[in-house]
Amino acid sequence: MTYVNKPKLHHPTLKKNAVGYTRRDYEGAISTLCAGCGHDSISAAIIQACWELSIEPHKVAKLSGIGCSSKAPTYFLGNSHGFNTVHGRMPSVLTGANLANRDLIYMGVSGDGDSASIGLGQFAHGMRRGVNMVYIVMNNGVYGLTKGQFSATADKGSKSKRGIANTDSPIDLAMLAITMGATFVARSFSGDKAQLVPLIKGAIRHEGAAILDVISPCVAFNNHAGSTKSYDYVREHNEAVNKLDVILGSEEITAEYAPGEATDVMQSDGSIIRLRKLAPGYDPSDKVAALKFIQEQEQAGEVATGLLYLDPTPQDLHASLNTVARPLAQLGEADLNPGSAALERINAALR
Amino acid sequence: MQATDIANPNYFHKVVDCQWACPAHTPVPEYIRLIAHGRYDDAYMINWKSNVFPGVLGRTCDRPCEPACRRSRVEDESIVGGRKEPVAICRLKRVAADYKDDIDARLPRAPAEGNGKRIACIGGGPASLTVARDLAVLGYEVVVFDQDPKLGGMIRTQIPRFRLPESVIDEEVGYITGVGNIRFVHRRIESLKALLAEGYDAVFVGSGAPRGRELDIPGRKEGGANIHIGIDWLSSVSFGHTSKIGKRVIVLGGGNTAMDCCRTARRLGGEDVKVIVRSGFEEMKASPWEKEDAIAEDIPILNFLVPKSFTVEGGRLTGVVFETVKAEYDAKGRRKLVATGEPDQHVACDDVLVAVGQENAFPWIERDIGIEFDKWDMPKVAEATMASTHPKVFFGGDAAFGPKNIIWAVAHGHDAAISIHKRCMGEDIAARPAPGMNIVSQKMGIHEWSYDNDVSVAKRLKVPHRKKEEALSDIRAEVELGFDPELAFKEAQRCLNCDVQTVFTDNLCIECDACVDICPMDCITFTENGEEADLRQRLNAPALNLTQDLYLSGPLKTARVMVKDEDVCLHCGLCAERCPTGAWDMRKYYIEMTHAEHACTRR
Repeated sequence: MTYVNKPKLHHPTLKKNAVGYTRRDYEGAISTLCAGCGHDSISAAIIQACWELSIEPHKVAKLSGIGCSSKAPTYFLGNSHGFNTVHGRMPSVLTGANLANRDLIYMGVSGDGDSASIGLGQFAHGMRRGVNMVYIVMNNGVYGLTKGQFSATADKGSKSKRGIANTDSPIDLAMLAITMGATFVARSFSGDKAQLVPLIKGAIRHEGAAILDVISPCVAFNNHAGSTKSYDYVREHNEAVNKLDVILGSEEITAEYAPGEATDVMQSDGSIIRLRKLAPGYDPSDKVAALKFIQEQEQAGEVATGLLYLDPTPQDLHASLNTVARPLAQLGEADLNPGSAALERINAALR
Repeated sequence: MQATDIANPNYFHKVVDCQWACPAHTPVPEYIRLIAHGRYDDAYMINWKSNVFPGVLGRTCDRPCEPACRRSRVEDESIVGGRKEPVAICRLKRVAADYKDDIDARLPRAPAEGNGKRIACIGGGPASLTVARDLAVLGYEVVVFDQDPKLGGMIRTQIPRFRLPESVIDEEVGYITGVGNIRFVHRRIESLKALLAEGYDAVFVGSGAPRGRELDIPGRKEGGANIHIGIDWLSSVSFGHTSKIGKRVIVLGGGNTAMDCCRTARRLGGEDVKVIVRSGFEEMKASPWEKEDAIAEDIPILNFLVPKSFTVEGGRLTGVVFETVKAEYDAKGRRKLVATGEPDQHVACDDVLVAVGQENAFPWIERDIGIEFDKWDMPKVAEATMASTHPKVFFGGDAAFGPKNIIWAVAHGHDAAISIHKRCMGEDIAARPAPGMNIVSQKMGIHEWSYDNDVSVAKRLKVPHRKKEEALSDIRAEVELGFDPELAFKEAQRCLNCDVQTVFTDNLCIECDACVDICPMDCITFTENGEEADLRQRLNAPALNLTQDLYLSGPLKTARVMVKDEDVCLHCGLCAERCPTGAWDMRKYYIEMTHAEHACTRR
């Protein structure tokens, strides 16, 4: 009998969004990840976010590397474009795709092995260049596919399933991304969709390099006492700095807040991010303070989550390169090849 | 809201909508699975134990199970290309009866030595026969009295042969009398007092609702020779006393008897047969499928016409005059039929069949023997025990609470048998036995279940019918041909296995959301507890069907609770398949009513 397909039947009240799709239309194949894997919850959050934003599935490209996390794009947005790249090389393939067709929404899906170990350089340079993308790291602190060795994001002193303590320092991908110039940096937890879904929505609407470091417990190898990436540990040590709602221009604003309780930030595409402060004094537009706060929380053994840093008006790679508004992939031969007369003129100018 | 007590057998029983709705509580999904496996004998025996007449009911049941079927709430109209339909439960039951082997060896027998108690059953219909079967196996000596020459009651006298062949009745009545210690006496009981004087330890009254209601309007007497009371006429046809009718026939009434009358008339020479009803088409009492079958045999159904008088010329009936009415509803939603003022219509005919209802009649029960009657002149009968106010007299079937149907009669019979047994053993009849519950996890491997959890999206299959010309030419030719094994398998696959329950163990849950993410019907929510009305609104999908329960866990680690709306769960088991800790498990709850056999602490 093995796996059955998820039945096509759905709840009678299932709603359609502005482009005529139900949430179920954003699903992919049934997951073959371990039962209870945090990655599946992140997939569900991506599905929910894309449905809520009424994104047309054919306008999304999902790119991933190698690992449990990088299998995940099969399990959401089954009608979108997909590319499974070489290990750790997703950022450069994504950058190339983005340059060729700037009209798509790029979703890079990676894990702590793919991004913090073999692909750390690619990760850093993708952020530096300001590629317009949503980069989601499904971060579980272990190499699940090779049976649970510590990854580069595992906390120093945290214990493996067999009780051995990690001796290496962890890489904090959120802090690294802030340092490298990413303009939308958030951390979340797969077990908290109320926080995760709006963050994904905000990141999709962000016109620059957006990264989400999502702690995603590995039920098979990293969900025991002594782990700092287990469901229990993260729930106990989750320090959310803020809560947010993403409001699109046409949407009615329903929630009411007392003055000073919430601040609205308009992103360059016109969407509004409404932030409700949870940590007193936390200002996500202040890069230095943000880094300091995250570091302090880390020292105290807490995990800072929420929208950690935001530059609402970023300059993306296309702006830096001054490319044409039309996707390069759609330019005809006449646009791309100015002809031999033009070449002659250029050559003459150089003589 | 309190955490759900799943140790209460009624909680999961209620989730099995079909079984819960069945008066006899037949374990429907279990026998449907057995049919899918081709195990017709086993499927038949489950039915036989529970509803006594699987072959008869598989053709004639009122099927209260089908409107209750969860399938009719979860199907997707865009996939089936039509409306949501329940599983064809009733016709699957017939498959078990049609394709079984000889099951004789599996039937119980009366013990060689009786217990010395004698029971009389008045009326040889389904209620009495159920009592007889349940008690004979326990060593009681049962005597069944009936005014007709054969056992079966209304099953034999009122249901036409083209819906139910006599061979099926003979076979299933035979299984009951075959138990032994059951004696049939062809005798009409004229005095209950006299019968009680014969020294029976208990008397069961299962005499049905034998009197067809009269239609007392002008011309009734004058045209009497061609005006017949529906159930009497059907009975007369059944025993071969009547074999023809006029060419133009009017059937008055909108119930199932009216449908049987009109279709029978079509087979006895009626060429222009009409059903004429006071109410609208939707409010008619007849089952939708019986109306469909009548219409398919070229019988028009005319609505909102009230008969005013019979017209008679030269001592012979010539037709019926009708007043045209319309339905009006008062502030309380009660319907009233009022004349539209249009001129009355005369509909010409040769014969009229009156099928406007049935009544109970107890002229043979003396009013001074300790049986109390209510203001409607019906005996006072206790609902759970079927006991009258006389310690030795019990009622069941249509005789108890007025006309219902066969499956209710069977349910009454089981309940009465329990009471009679308890009373004869000197136990308290009010202490009713709890249903039996057998719970088995269906887990076989990581992704393997011992039931077929792949939900079929096929649309309901139609039962093949005999060709109309052929069917109308022979009153004994059964119209429905039944599913063959291949069709039965396909239809059986539509069953959602609602008896395989999603069982949640809260202290195993790590709140990873895997079940929430995979559930195709958005049934599961983890949230803060609250009042039920409030919870129903803030689930992942609102739980709007108030007849369906919420399954609530105890508090979890985060202090939240798991809430599952049972309403549209497909029982696909994906929640349990995606659960990393086994907090969800799929467990089959085989719930079976306890009959007389196990109702007493001693025998």
